Amino acid sequence: MLNIIYTFWITSIASELEYRLNVIVEIISLIGNIAGTIFTLFLFYQQGSNVGGWDFYSSLIIVGIYTLLEALTISILHPNLSQIVKHIQDGTLDYVLLKPINSQLWLSLRKISPWGMPSFIAGVILIFVGLSKNNIIIGNLEIIYAITAICSSFILLYSIWFILATTSIWFVKVWNINEVLRSTLVAGRYPLTAYPPSLRTIFTFVFPIAFLTTVPAQALIGTSGHQNILLSLVFSISLFIISILFWKYALRFYTSASS
Amino acid sequence: MLTIYLKKLFQFSRIIFSLFSSQYALMLEYRAEITLWAVSGLLPLIMLALWTGIENPLVNYLELNYLKRYFISAFIVRQFTAVWVMITFEEDHLDGKLSPYLLQPITPFWRYVTSHLAEQFTRIPIVVIMLIIIFSIIPYSFWLPSLSSLIFGIIAIMLAFWVRFLLHWIFCMCCFYNDRASAIERLLLIPYLFLSGLVAPLETFPEIIKKIAYITPYPYIMSFPARLLSGQDVSLFLGFTGLIGWFILLFSISIITWKIAIRHYSAMGA
Repeated sequence: MLNIIYTFWITSIASELEYRLNVIVEIISLIGNIAGTIFTLFLFYQQGSNVGGWDFYSSLIIVGIYTLLEALTISILHPNLSQIVKHIQDGTLDYVLLKPINSQLWLSLRKISPWGMPSFIAGVILIFVGLSKNNIIIGNLEIIYAITAICSSFILLYSIWFILATTSIWFVKVWNINEVLRSTLVAGRYPLTAYPPSLRTIFTFVFPIAFLTTVPAQALIGTSGHQNILLSLVFSISLFIISILFWKYALRFYTSASS
Repeated sequence: MLTIYLKKLFQFSRIIFSLFSSQYALMLEYRAEITLWAVSGLLPLIMLALWTGIENPLVNYLELNYLKRYFISAFIVRQFTAVWVMITFEEDHLDGKLSPYLLQPITPFWRYVTSHLAEQFTRIPIVVIMLIIIFSIIPYSFWLPSLSSLIFGIIAIMLAFWVRFLLHWIFCMCCFYNDRASAIERLLLIPYLFLSGLVAPLETFPEIIKKIAYITPYPYIMSFPARLLSGQDVSLFLGFTGLIGWFILLFSISIITWKIAIRHYSAMGA
């Protein structure tokens, strides 16, 4: 199976590399976005204020984690999951279902875009700057915690996105629900505690920004207890299983373009 | 002589009106989609939540009430200045739909403008419902702008839409040279996010960055109408000079670039 994914990715990278100009666009937009986010953070921290108990460099770690999620979005989630709706609209989902391979796997991992690479590097740099400015030395336990938290935040984002994309089997026209997701995700650039209490509940359980960026950052800093990490792991794996079940359930309602 | 011109103008406005009404009928079909687009413009409200939650001396200085009004106004301004012309233009160009449009006796420009205007009309009830929800969550932030600031605010929003639309339209011309030109839209979005006053009121900016921002058209298309609506003291003269100045400048550039780019156009198979 890894072999198949490897072949998928090699071919899609080859076709993406035709668009070399995109590297420049991608890098400029990355630099612009990070500069803008840091500028906004700087506005918040003017005159020594504090944002929900987080200092400036700890907030940078959150921005770093957010940028890693951006990288995942650009590389895998966006190129694949935004195509699901198109397959349903054009009726080409029939061909996907007929392939001798798990349809969810094919729909989720068929393509990869190399343009997420700059974001990935930038995210890692931001995290390291944030950590070293705070004089945090990461121990072994923190590394395990942080990797677990980041992996579960990746799985979480994937599952939410896939579940939303699946709904287009019933409502073909809601393809831009992806945009709603992406625009709400922006809230994850800032620590959860910066939001008013009522929003915090929504951002933890309804739209789990807390587990996407805040908990992984806390794991890196070492302020997160192991129950938070465990919770985010359980949360993400259960959502992943739900996404698989939901896809199977939704396929029962799929009647191809002409029937 | 004058009557001929008037007649032509009348004819032209009739064409535009019927284009608009047909686009409006089309847009009404896509109410669900437009609602989702409207929901995706929540950024100013997220920023409002952040700004009010911060223990910042600046916030006290700006007053909480003012912040609430400002960001809710920014939300309204953003709803009615949404521009996506680069994406549809690229699609039409790649699918070869642009060729028949070019053969019509009216430039495709008006087709795109009217579709945007029709979408704004469809948005009005959606935005009203969203505002009712917002005000029922934070009732004490409710305010009614004075009649004059409401009228000037609406005019400013309309002009702001035109400035933003023309800016994107000029960059649409890149589609004639590269088949993924809509990537440029992502670049245009960055100064719009960070320099227009969408994420923070311009008063909180450091002097230098404020000056840089005012060189670009962005503060005029977001901060100015939002401040007008929120009932702040703003210089009408400066704001409208900025908007009209940018409108004239971008309009003349768009005519020139269209003439140059269209010569480069070769339809599919040519």
